[in-house]
Amino acid sequence: MYAVNEKGFYGDFGGAFIPEMLYGNVEELRNCYLDILTEDSFQNEFHSLLRDYVGRPTPLFFAERLSVHYGAQIYLKREDLCHTGAHKINNAIGQILLARRMGKQRIIAETGAGQHGVATATVCALMGMECVIYMGAIDIQRQSANVARMKMLGAKVVPVYSGSSTLKDATNEAIRDWINHSEDTHYIIGSVVGPHPYPDLVARLQAVISAEIKVQLQEACGNALPDYVVACVGGGSNAAGAFFHFLDEPEVKLIAAEAAGHGIDTDKTAATTFRGSAGVIHGSMTLLMQDQFGQIVEPHSISAGLDYPGIGPMHSFLNASGRAKFYAVTDQEALDAGYFVSRMEGIIPALETAHAFACLDKMKFETSDVIVVNVSGRGDKDLPTYIEHFKNIEE
Amino acid sequence: MTHSKLSSLFDSNKKILSIYMMAGYPSLEDTIPIMEALQDSGVDMIEIGMPYSDPLADGPVIQRAGTQALNNGMNPDVLFRQLESVRGRIHIPLILMGYFNNVLQFGVERFCKKAADLGISGLILPDLPFDLYLSQYREMMESYGLSFIPLLTPQTSDERIRLMDDYTNGFLYAVSASATTGAQTSFPKQTLEYFDRLKSLSLKNPVIVGFGISESEHINQVYSRLQGVIIGSAFIRSVKGSMDLRKDVEEFVRGLIGG
Repeated sequence: MYAVNEKGFYGDFGGAFIPEMLYGNVEELRNCYLDILTEDSFQNEFHSLLRDYVGRPTPLFFAERLSVHYGAQIYLKREDLCHTGAHKINNAIGQILLARRMGKQRIIAETGAGQHGVATATVCALMGMECVIYMGAIDIQRQSANVARMKMLGAKVVPVYSGSSTLKDATNEAIRDWINHSEDTHYIIGSVVGPHPYPDLVARLQAVISAEIKVQLQEACGNALPDYVVACVGGGSNAAGAFFHFLDEPEVKLIAAEAAGHGIDTDKTAATTFRGSAGVIHGSMTLLMQDQFGQIVEPHSISAGLDYPGIGPMHSFLNASGRAKFYAVTDQEALDAGYFVSRMEGIIPALETAHAFACLDKMKFETSDVIVVNVSGRGDKDLPTYIEHFKNIEE
Repeated sequence: MTHSKLSSLFDSNKKILSIYMMAGYPSLEDTIPIMEALQDSGVDMIEIGMPYSDPLADGPVIQRAGTQALNNGMNPDVLFRQLESVRGRIHIPLILMGYFNNVLQFGVERFCKKAADLGISGLILPDLPFDLYLSQYREMMESYGLSFIPLLTPQTSDERIRLMDDYTNGFLYAVSASATTGAQTSFPKQTLEYFDRLKSLSLKNPVIVGFGISESEHINQVYSRLQGVIIGSAFIRSVKGSMDLRKDVEEFVRGLIGG
């Protein structure tokens, strides 16, 4: 009941609000994605690359010290151990295999923090395909290491100066590129956003996360169903993947961490379910941050990966239906949680993931509760921000 | 009756020169002087662009004009106030062009009612898909006498074009290429073939071509096949930084139609 319907909607959210110039591209994708994804040859190639190239299955690690601290059974799904350092590669691998089967020669993508850009540049190098990454000019300055990685992998990184020169504008620019190169180009969207079928396509490709959790949890504690699954939500692709196979298991509580930035009662926030309202962004009807006239408002989060003014339509529906519970985590809470987890488990999480960890402080558990936290990415890329922060602690 | 303005324009069988302008650009209060100058210069129809923060179907010139207009303080309330003040002075058909989210947040029906009250003939909402228009908004828009103007591209199938033609009553907006901008000085062969295909469909509605038109050569190529043209980016460029809007608008239009 939480799956997308045949019109591309999750409840009132989703759809394909696209100009006619994109109709052909999106229709082509919509007509073939399910057939291709379910082909044996696709599944074989996808899963062998996930195994041999990405390093899947990623471990499900019992976090003993965190478990003692919180008085519950805490497991960490280690997406941070994926090749390129985050879950983003799962989707990039799947979509490039799809693009090849559709006969496309050129790949474009948007990126904010650069993780999806790096994942896309990586799979393009692997497949020998032309790769163009759109990135806001401001993000290019903030994420120079990832820009260098993309270039080293052979991608062309195009700076976007329009609007606020960040992720939403990079997405607009990638969409314009797709309009201008409709025949030969596939657009690899990095999250469960955009016009139908993208949210469903990306969720299905990331669903490998929850498929593995079920098997691993069954093995670890004799029950495939945890009490809680906790994940951060920017657009929401890692959460979509971690929730996917639990959506229809009502006893599994789904917890989503949004970036509150400086706080949900300030203008410097990215907590879309708290501060947003229904509208159209990037071809989809969903919750987004906007002013009274429907102009999209620039969000704020210390984590570039959560610094997006909307959330995927599936998450808008999970929020509206009460299936998932959303927490807003401030920049400071996320930094503290990232610092704490590093010291407790020897894992430096990405700032995005740190938001998910910070939810644990806001929840009440029974000692028997089994909690899976999706560790969506590793924190190497965030070291400058962490260092900035723990200067204050250490000094 | 608002949409009779459109029908009487098209009934005259003359070739249509239509200009796209950005509301509130270059300055907030330039909307009305530009509209008046366009009318006085002999332009047949005006598309008034409503600026949006994320205009994904527009090229860089219109994007920048939109950003400027937003910074100038343009929004639907201001635009409707400006249009109110010019009532009775503009006789040529006016079309509002904007993105669906702005209309949605205003309230679709409230927006349509307001537009109709102000004598607007039609709406171009590039990111409102045609099937959604049909299932949710057609009846309401028609009840206010507003024409929904669908976009079509070289990739749009004949079948889909006929569907759009059957269920609208203004004109069809043919995007010259499946692209957000065009920089060529005359249309390539495949674009002309596309125009010929549109002509051969013998549609009920007139077909007006937009995107990538900046030279009189483009206009002649369209006029010999279809009913008219819409010029956007080239016009926006011509009023950018203008010290004398009336003169610059008149010169721009004269440059296009000769005279």
